[in-house]
Amino acid sequence: MAAVSGLVRRPLREVTVRDAINQGMDEELERDEKVFLLGEEVAQYDGAYKVSRGLWKKYGDKRIIDTPISEMGFAGIAVGAAMAGLRPICEFMTFNFSMQAIDQVINSAAKTYYMSGGLQSVPIVFRGPNGASAGVAAQHSQCFAAWYGHCPGLKVVSPWNSEDAKGLIKSAIRDNNPVVVLENELMYGVPFEFPPEAQSKDFLIPIGKAKIERQGTHITVVSHSRPVGHCLEAAAVLSKEGVECEVINMRTIRPMDMETIEASVMKTNHLVTVEGGWPQFGVGAEICARIMEGISKKLVLEYSQAVVNIMYLNTYSIKRLKARSGQMTTLNLSCVQFPGCSCCSCHWC
Amino acid sequence: MAVAIAAGRVWRPNRGLSQAAVLLLWRPGARGLARSHPHRQQQQFSSLDDKPQFPGASAEFIDKLEFIQPNVISGIPIYRVMDRQGQIINPSEDPHLPKEKVLKLYKSMTLLNTMDRILYESQRQGRISFYMTNYGEEGTHVGSAAALDNTDLVFGQYREAGVLMYRDYPLELFMAQCYGNISDLGKGRQMPVHYGCKERHFVTISSPLATQIPQAVGAAYAAKRANANRVVICYFGEGAASEGDAHAGFNFAATLECPIIFFCRNNGYAISTPTSEQYRGDGIAARGPGYGIMSIRVDGNDVFAVYNATKEARRRAVAENQPFLIEAMTYRIGHHSTSDDSSAYRSVDEVNYWDKQDHPISRLRHYLLSQGWWDEEQEKAWRKQSRKKVMEAFEQAERKPKPNPNLLFSDVYQEMPAQLRKQQESLARHLQTYGEHYPLEHFDK
Repeated sequence: MAAVSGLVRRPLREVTVRDAINQGMDEELERDEKVFLLGEEVAQYDGAYKVSRGLWKKYGDKRIIDTPISEMGFAGIAVGAAMAGLRPICEFMTFNFSMQAIDQVINSAAKTYYMSGGLQSVPIVFRGPNGASAGVAAQHSQCFAAWYGHCPGLKVVSPWNSEDAKGLIKSAIRDNNPVVVLENELMYGVPFEFPPEAQSKDFLIPIGKAKIERQGTHITVVSHSRPVGHCLEAAAVLSKEGVECEVINMRTIRPMDMETIEASVMKTNHLVTVEGGWPQFGVGAEICARIMEGISKKLVLEYSQAVVNIMYLNTYSIKRLKARSGQMTTLNLSCVQFPGCSCCSCHWC
Repeated sequence: MAVAIAAGRVWRPNRGLSQAAVLLLWRPGARGLARSHPHRQQQQFSSLDDKPQFPGASAEFIDKLEFIQPNVISGIPIYRVMDRQGQIINPSEDPHLPKEKVLKLYKSMTLLNTMDRILYESQRQGRISFYMTNYGEEGTHVGSAAALDNTDLVFGQYREAGVLMYRDYPLELFMAQCYGNISDLGKGRQMPVHYGCKERHFVTISSPLATQIPQAVGAAYAAKRANANRVVICYFGEGAASEGDAHAGFNFAATLECPIIFFCRNNGYAISTPTSEQYRGDGIAARGPGYGIMSIRVDGNDVFAVYNATKEARRRAVAENQPFLIEAMTYRIGHHSTSDDSSAYRSVDEVNYWDKQDHPISRLRHYLLSQGWWDEEQEKAWRKQSRKKVMEAFEQAERKPKPNPNLLFSDVYQEMPAQLRKQQESLARHLQTYGEHYPLEHFDK
């Protein structure tokens, strides 16, 4: 057998989002003993969604901690631990339940560094599933990107695929600021190809940088989390009809990477934002507002609309844009599980 | 009152609690009357008096340094009427319920059990999205429901379907909610088992834990103000009692003097978290006195014990406008939900013990048999009949269409705002053109 010494070609393997997060946490737990995970069902049960599978077995009671049922309680405890020098990962079973703890997240975690005059840092990570799942009704389906993205002092990330998930959770844990990591339950089981660099223990994705998942020239489509996948599917269909979408995966909600979005819109003159949150005061609304306030002066501006689509984005929504060539359009497409707000007057047809 | 005094007598920490404070719990009925409320009595001040004058507590001085030891080895005793074989232990505690009522208790529990089996399976087969069974806890539901008036308001957590069953909520509507079909009173907007029925005074189940506790207190306060002769019962599990809302609810019920029954189903587990990790005190009953609430612990698998405690609590809660806390000890025989596999964290032997040796349905059946009100033949016939009823309701529920997509837009507000109407119209137009791409045949036209 010929020895192929020195050259180890790592094959591209598929890793699910769940396993990617698990790996990210495992590596950081190993790297820094101040890191620990707490939440409901995270230890022996391996996590309500099995994201912390095997971690309790490996690290034990001191590093993987099951808590009684009180989000405000364990979020508060985590914040206190962070203030005292540890680096907690606080898991919410879903971000819907984080509302019971939101005072701890905003008033205590987000604002403390500023209010203490820089004396008291809170290096904490809040993570858990966010946004839509399958048939779990309104109280389990809200997207909190806009709520947390609104607050100074917090960093907010929203991974889509496995690479995002691993790179972002590791960056979040190493970041000395409070970071909210918005995962998605439906993505946990989805496998993605894991590039070789993602297999490294120091693989980090910078917080605050978006990624262009697909290059295009006709229209910019901006999204985060699970809808990124829908955008890519729509882009594939449209490509057959000669419309090339540039799909941007935001990866970070706060601080938002407007540079990448602006550069793309300068190129394409068309923008559609796609998200799982409600439209009013949403992520898409913010992007549209910033485009209007910013680079829109450099472009021919015909009109802009905010649009609410009650169903998931489908290719037919984007198809309609084809009819409007030559005009600057911004469209905000939001998935709503149930209509929850009065958006600005709009009609799309 | 035998029941209340028993609770007051035994709860006495080892040391350090003054006689006066114990008497506070001894005297039934004193707490609810504002005029004689110790904290409201005018303190006569005298600087020559060496008694404590602090507004915050009514107690004597002690000159010995002693910590009160939480009593978890020999906690608050568990009130029961029947033994595990369904035999009445103390005849004076037998509620002597008439035959029809006991049969109704039995049939409600068994029908619920049958419905649970079928709906659990249906989730496994992908017919409904989710389900939670009530195995082992049926006694807590029907025992308490039977002791209330039909108009008493119920706030549940999610494992109290037997209360609705006892109140004759039809199988058709249970199924409709789980299937989210056009007959669902909730218009298909909730996950399965999140029942709600205005007619039967059962507030729609809300997923986040323990939020119903302060809400129930508010409702009880409203009932008091309205002089409604009505009690509110609030069910929750021992896990949910860890939530901050529980603390607020208990404290407010006591300070606002509300006619409410807090009913805790202590079933041993919160998903996989056992009680030993949920709390370190003597369960939930021991917390009640801390808030100034009359409290009792009962055998939740003994329908008569649950009945007696709830009946007495109801009578006094309404008469005296004060809260009561009933901690019903039981065991969750089933998984937490269809998203759980409890073999991951408990042994089959443990589950089998409760299923075979201490089950509310078996114990009541033994009682029925010993009274000569039931026999093997009737048991067989009822099993067949209840299964048939459930299967019929099930098949019908499956066949019905889902609610009209227009209902996506209603009930967000009392009146539909213009923007939602526009969205509704937009959807209608969209479906006109692209309807073939949607499974519209499953939905009401």
